[in-house]
Amino acid sequence: MCLAIPGKVVQLYDDTPNLALVDVVGVRRKVDLGLLENNMPVLGDWVLIHVGFAMSKISEKDAVEQMDTLRMLGEAEAAMQEIKGYGLEGTS
Amino acid sequence: MKFVDEFREPEVINKAAEEIRRLADPNRHYRIMEVCGGHTHAIYRFGLKDVLPSNIELIHGPGCPVCVLPMGRIDDGLSLAQDPNVIFTAFGDMMRVPGTQGSPLEHKARGMDVRIVYSPSDALKLAQANPDKHVMFFAIGFETTAPSTALTLKRAKMLGVKNFSVFCNHVTIIPAIRAILDSPDMRLDAFIGPGHVSTVIGCRPYEWIAKDEHKPVAVSGFEPLDILESIIMVLRQLRVREAKIENQYKRVVPWEGNRAALKAMGEVFTLRPYFEWRGLGFISQSALGIRDSYAEYDSEHRFHVPGVRVTDPKAAQCGEVLKGVLKPAQCKLFGKECTPEHPIGALMVSSEGSCAAYFNYEHRKAAMVSTIASVA
Repeated sequence: MCLAIPGKVVQLYDDTPNLALVDVVGVRRKVDLGLLENNMPVLGDWVLIHVGFAMSKISEKDAVEQMDTLRMLGEAEAAMQEIKGYGLEGTS
Repeated sequence: MKFVDEFREPEVINKAAEEIRRLADPNRHYRIMEVCGGHTHAIYRFGLKDVLPSNIELIHGPGCPVCVLPMGRIDDGLSLAQDPNVIFTAFGDMMRVPGTQGSPLEHKARGMDVRIVYSPSDALKLAQANPDKHVMFFAIGFETTAPSTALTLKRAKMLGVKNFSVFCNHVTIIPAIRAILDSPDMRLDAFIGPGHVSTVIGCRPYEWIAKDEHKPVAVSGFEPLDILESIIMVLRQLRVREAKIENQYKRVVPWEGNRAALKAMGEVFTLRPYFEWRGLGFISQSALGIRDSYAEYDSEHRFHVPGVRVTDPKAAQCGEVLKGVLKPAQCKLFGKECTPEHPIGALMVSSEGSCAAYFNYEHRKAAMVSTIASVA
């Protein structure tokens, strides 16, 4: 909940512009872009995600380092569990 | 002994440690508080204490939202879940946190509809998928999670969803820092500022700490090198008796914060006159309530909330540990009655709490060493 999870924007949607499909180490889930409305990411951008919402844009290098930090903290598994949990299986 | 022996760049870490030793006056004792629970966790995990000279003491601050939530609020939230029409939702972090009648998970085992969500927007989705039920989201967190709750409420209102509400326990970090600085038994030299909270609030809200309290602040990232660099920043300031806010985590934290997030929070939340923090007591204007214009989405407005108050066990010295007056192991209950498996005090509840972090890394390490010694 407190540590941010890095993800890459791999798809944007015309009909739901506030959502993006992000890829976090191979797991893809939709996240909300509403908190970046002043600085919307484009395809290929990296973002830091907190509880299903993209909170800031970061560089690819920082994204890789953030994932390493989560691994070193022993939080990578919890982070992946969080990402997999987004979207209430079957309803999104 | 470090739990992570392979730092990414060990030579850079060694250089940073050398610089810290050079900057630290050997005739002075430094007390530096890291505010954020994520930093506390990282400090123990990476064994940073072993890298620092013994006259630099890191004091673990109040930045673990699960830890500072009073048990009464958990009881209050769960009391609403007694209604068979209510689906109680919360982040996974909350599920094992004990109320007086057990944790949310234990309530689930007794047949209540308690579900983990990983995002407040999923709680809203659950409400849309279950129009005959009321979905309550038990919201916790500092400014890292509060904007997401705010935006979810805005979406709920826009979509006209009627069967959704938030039991709001969001807290704000600045008043907690003020309460700690106001505490008479507290003496701190500098702060390591929270990284991800600051992506939302920016660096300006800390300026009074430098201006009025003359304490340096370095907003920090979470890697070992980030934390060491932040310590270097505040030591450099202390050396020349300067006090300003520095942003070590520039690559992620903008000085002005995230305006869209602050705007969403401003539209949906209002400051509560006061709120109870576990271990710190009541702190004025330290928590977010839901504005009247969103009252229909406020669980505390829609339902009768008993307003339970549970005092922490007298023997638990969470407040002293939280303020840095005592080290975790100096509490009478530490590692005996109070362990991560059976937490009594607030700081043992979450992996980001200083007692749990200390127990998991230091205490177990010591136990291991003594076992090995006795076998040998």
